[in-house]
Amino acid sequence: MKRKNETVRISIIGFGYVGSGVAEVVTRKRAEIARKHGLDLKIVGVADLRGVVVDEDGLSAKTLRKLSAGERGVGSWKEAAAEGLTSLDLIKEVEHEVVVEATPTNVETGEPGLTHIISALEAGRHVVTSNKGPLALEYRRLTELAARRGRELRFEAAVGGAMPLISLVRQNLAGNGVISLRGILNGTCNYILTRMAEEGLPYEHVLKEAKELGIAETDPSKDVEGTDTAVKLVILANSVFERNATYKDVAVAGITEITTDALRLASEAGFVIKLIGEVNKEGFLRVAPRLVPKADPLNVGGTLNVAKVKTDLAGEITVIGKGAGPIEAASAVLSDIIWTAKHF
Amino acid sequence: MKISMDIELKDIPGQLVLALKPVSDFGGNILSVLHQREKKTPSGKIPVQVVLEIAETATAERRLEGLVEELKKQGVNVVRVGKERLRESVVVLLIGHIVHTDLRETIDKIDRTGFAEVVALTLSMPGVNKKSSASVTVSAVGREELKAALKILEATADGKGIAVVSPI
Repeated sequence: MKRKNETVRISIIGFGYVGSGVAEVVTRKRAEIARKHGLDLKIVGVADLRGVVVDEDGLSAKTLRKLSAGERGVGSWKEAAAEGLTSLDLIKEVEHEVVVEATPTNVETGEPGLTHIISALEAGRHVVTSNKGPLALEYRRLTELAARRGRELRFEAAVGGAMPLISLVRQNLAGNGVISLRGILNGTCNYILTRMAEEGLPYEHVLKEAKELGIAETDPSKDVEGTDTAVKLVILANSVFERNATYKDVAVAGITEITTDALRLASEAGFVIKLIGEVNKEGFLRVAPRLVPKADPLNVGGTLNVAKVKTDLAGEITVIGKGAGPIEAASAVLSDIIWTAKHF
Repeated sequence: MKISMDIELKDIPGQLVLALKPVSDFGGNILSVLHQREKKTPSGKIPVQVVLEIAETATAERRLEGLVEELKKQGVNVVRVGKERLRESVVVLLIGHIVHTDLRETIDKIDRTGFAEVVALTLSMPGVNKKSSASVTVSAVGREELKAALKILEATADGKGIAVVSPI
């Protein structure tokens, strides 16, 4: 039993949806994590387009809440802007152990996340990220840099949200050879297909409903055209199957063509239609709407994600969980932070 | 009468010809031959699946028996002779302008293979200019043939701008 808690100083780069979720769970779980894991988690800085706020003694719960809700140029953000610090100043100059990179995904350039992650690793900090872009584009470069610097790069939140998939394969199933991995990796598509099948409603109608509920983005093309699933598959191919895949290697079809008639015909034949991402050890990467038998574990409804891992020793293992949501993504980030702190 | 036959050949030159020659001698017409080199048996033999047609006359059964006897005499291992030829089935969905892009031709491409057939089709046409949806059941003599038939269906549909939803 440790007498004194070890302090883990954290910065959060990108203080939107996921970043503020991380701040909330770190605040909420602080005492519990200290008791169970002997770690004192401290958020020493947050940064996004609104500015950079730093407190080397740790930002208070109250300040973090205000920053989450605050608008650019108002309150703490106004003061922050006056100081003129950049996110890279926070990453490089402020002493801390873990950088949480939670800026939005850009699959064309990977920026600004790519520069943040590289700078963090070069400054000797561990990185926990939810950002798919840098991982899909520069996986090998980033992992090699992390290895050279003896630092950890973890990204559970980038694939499958709350659903533990990367650590399931790398840690819990260590020693197993992974043969294939297939599943539903996009909650928006799953919601749309589930509603269409259950209510017999047309695609456009359900998409509109999903937008109103905040399940689909205003521009849902990345989700419904399969791009988001494809990017996650690339990350899985590279991290779980040690390949050097890029987005171009994935055969992608989305759900925009699916009709209510097709869902009804599928149902009559004993199937549901799901957008399935599939990757195997031969390097086959495919995203397509597929017929899933109603009794198959991959048939999960609503916004749930699911993944079935086929291994040589353990056989098939299926995990089901919430793929999106600030607290759900933060759950994966928090686990990665705790793992990193305990192993370094 | 269509017959599918699983045979095993020794891995030395000339064996396939040796095994196929008697088929015509007994009045059979070969529809497909699947030579599965990569699936050697534990005893080192090569499995081959042959689908053939024998004219349905009074002597059909006798000719078939004669053929099997002859193959055995040639040292070919006959593992299975099946008259129930379509053993594997799969359901796929097609979405798009299925009828206007010649549904019949799409089906014919499968039927013409000799090892697979479209055995059921349900079509839903909501309106003249709207996309149709169809569920198609394809049956084939074996698992490999079924995969091959699905590939043909996918390629045909792709060329016509029809989306295919296949099972996991």
